[in-house]
Amino acid sequence: MSAAPTSFLGKDLLALEPLTAEQIRLILDTAEPLKEISERQIKKVPTLRGKTVVNLFFEASTRTRISFEFAEKRMSADTVSIAASGSSVQKGETLVDTARNLEAMRIDMVVIRHASSGAARFLAERIESSVINAGDGKHEHPTQGLLDLLTIRDHRGTIEGLKVCICGDVLHSRVARSNIHGLKRLGAEVGVCGPLTLMPADVDALGVRWFNRIEAAIEWADVLNVLRLQLERMKGGFIPSLREYNRVFGVTRARVEAKQGDLLILHPGPMNRGVEIDSDVADGPHSVILQQVTNGVAVRMAVLYLLAGGPAPEGGDA
Amino acid sequence: MSRVLIRGGRVVDPSQGMDAVADVLIADGRVARVGEGIDAPEGTETVDASGLVVAPGLIDVHVHLREPGGEHKETIATGARAAAAGGFTAVVAMPNTDPPIDSIALVGYVKAAGLRAGGARVFPSGCITLGQKGEQLTEIGELVSAGAVCVTDDGRPVMNAGLLRMALEYAQSFDLPVAVHEEELTLSRGGTMNEGIIATRLGLTGIPNAAEDVMIARDLMLAELTGGRLHIQHVATRTGVELIRAAKAKGVRVTAEGSPHHFTLTDEAVEWYNTNAKMNPPLRSAADRDAVRAGVADGTLDVIATDHAPHHYDEKEQAFEDAPNGIVGLETAVGLAYTELVATGLIDLPTLVERMSCAPARSMNLDRIGLGSLRPGSAGDVTILDPMAEWTVDPARFVSLSKNTPFGGRKLRCRAVRTLIGGQTAWQYNA
Repeated sequence: MSAAPTSFLGKDLLALEPLTAEQIRLILDTAEPLKEISERQIKKVPTLRGKTVVNLFFEASTRTRISFEFAEKRMSADTVSIAASGSSVQKGETLVDTARNLEAMRIDMVVIRHASSGAARFLAERIESSVINAGDGKHEHPTQGLLDLLTIRDHRGTIEGLKVCICGDVLHSRVARSNIHGLKRLGAEVGVCGPLTLMPADVDALGVRWFNRIEAAIEWADVLNVLRLQLERMKGGFIPSLREYNRVFGVTRARVEAKQGDLLILHPGPMNRGVEIDSDVADGPHSVILQQVTNGVAVRMAVLYLLAGGPAPEGGDA
Repeated sequence: MSRVLIRGGRVVDPSQGMDAVADVLIADGRVARVGEGIDAPEGTETVDASGLVVAPGLIDVHVHLREPGGEHKETIATGARAAAAGGFTAVVAMPNTDPPIDSIALVGYVKAAGLRAGGARVFPSGCITLGQKGEQLTEIGELVSAGAVCVTDDGRPVMNAGLLRMALEYAQSFDLPVAVHEEELTLSRGGTMNEGIIATRLGLTGIPNAAEDVMIARDLMLAELTGGRLHIQHVATRTGVELIRAAKAKGVRVTAEGSPHHFTLTDEAVEWYNTNAKMNPPLRSAADRDAVRAGVADGTLDVIATDHAPHHYDEKEQAFEDAPNGIVGLETAVGLAYTELVATGLIDLPTLVERMSCAPARSMNLDRIGLGSLRPGSAGDVTILDPMAEWTVDPARFVSLSKNTPFGGRKLRCRAVRTLIGGQTAWQYNA
């Protein structure tokens, strides 16, 4: 059995909630120089040569899966990607059986995306390989949170003291939870904006303030992270209509231009243009959306490297 | 004539206001005498109960025995034996089996299997609506004639208020309790745990208290409207307890249950994704737990019932949202009730016996066949408790086929050391 060494991050990366500020900074600092690898003509380093990584995607995903695959390949890991369709899962195999089979194949790491909150933890508790959560239900999406942090830090130099507002469907968003925990851990003030129907219960107990109007949120914030309105969930009557959502909560050019001072706009994608964000904002000067995608590969390379036993910082509590 | 003399125990029988050291003589399956210094004729089996509590047999009005259709989780036989091991002499089996118990034949099947089981007495319940679909009443009179002691769609609410009104009216011809699972499905939609900060952190969809409260309020109004006998199952919210308390004060004919898990645990037990703490209604806040305790203490919740819900281990061995609801409860109920309610001073021992024997018997009309009492002439169903016993919950030792409990490793006080049904020892604890 190829048990993963316990790294400064621990065995797995399941969530940002339990990470210390030092651990989060380590990942961001590790990602920073790795960005350069993607700029090379030969985009490959031998760091993870001989390591086997399985990408286990039980839920549809394009950008996260591809981002992980690029990260793994650029680090020279051997990778296998499994999608739920066409896998044994469709034949009724349980998650625990999948875990046992993976373990029997002597792999080093698993990247898992699953529709059920807690699925990544479930797997991590049952296998010795490192598990990276690539999004579990409505719980967390830690690498997305990290790439958002890296992108904000690139532009603002620091996270501490920034006012960041997460806009939209916080209720169903794993990105929102990872952002809230990561941003607060690094000293940002965090707000959320959207109708209460899209806010989880007791969200203020997470230490965030709620804005009921987007204008107030934009005025307050240094950074907006605009979430995708999950259209597939909208049949439940969470909002009256997409048109009304755009009218009341949409990040529009007029609203952005009315803001005094700088504003950075992020979006984890895929975007619903004309719903939560207008095209001229998404493609405009405040937007760093494509840089988020670029940073995603670097952050995932950093996480893979650190979980594989990359060095802890001096004096680190390894 | 078979005789058993239980000698020298503390006889606690609230049905006759009794709490005294005495002997209990059971002859031919029924209580013959209760008093001091009873002489037993030759051939009488003698049980030394000195230092122990002798109570009328405990009754659990809310258990899932999973047969037919879920025999890998529990059968009527294993469930009846688990009940006896937990100190219960009688249980009411819920009808949400596969197929649901909605016909005279199926009620008869449960009754017959219960008679063969060799554990606690098994009383069937029948569905309120055919297939528990909430659309059409079952043949309630037929179900009663076959042995059903109540009707319930437990596991699901009766969402159609008009239909529940009909059930409450129709069942009065048989003086039959209508037992209800209170959940407004459009409020609980897709929820898997209590709505609150823990659900928010775990990214799980929450079920608000209001999902239970609005249905309790509705059904209390329907009980008041109809004069029918409403029995509210597994109350888990503070507002629910308050509503029932107010309705009782108005004279509404309602009885209600508090479950050991709801008066012991909060939604913190769900962290991190503990499927053995997944149940419906969900574990709620400390304020709700305390209200359930207070409700049991003052009798607003007349009955302690386990909602024993066995599941095979691999069904719970899943991601939280995919795992089924429910925990086993028969073999931990007495210990939890004593530890959480009696040892903490919230209630005294006679009140515990009232909530676990006398009141359950009355709520399901089982007092009419001599259950829930040690009066002479009553059924010779006796639970002997050792209130000084200290033990640790070890699911591996459960008699139940299933082991899904959040209480593994918990230290408890008090256990049933002997369970007699009709004067016969159905179970005896061996250390």
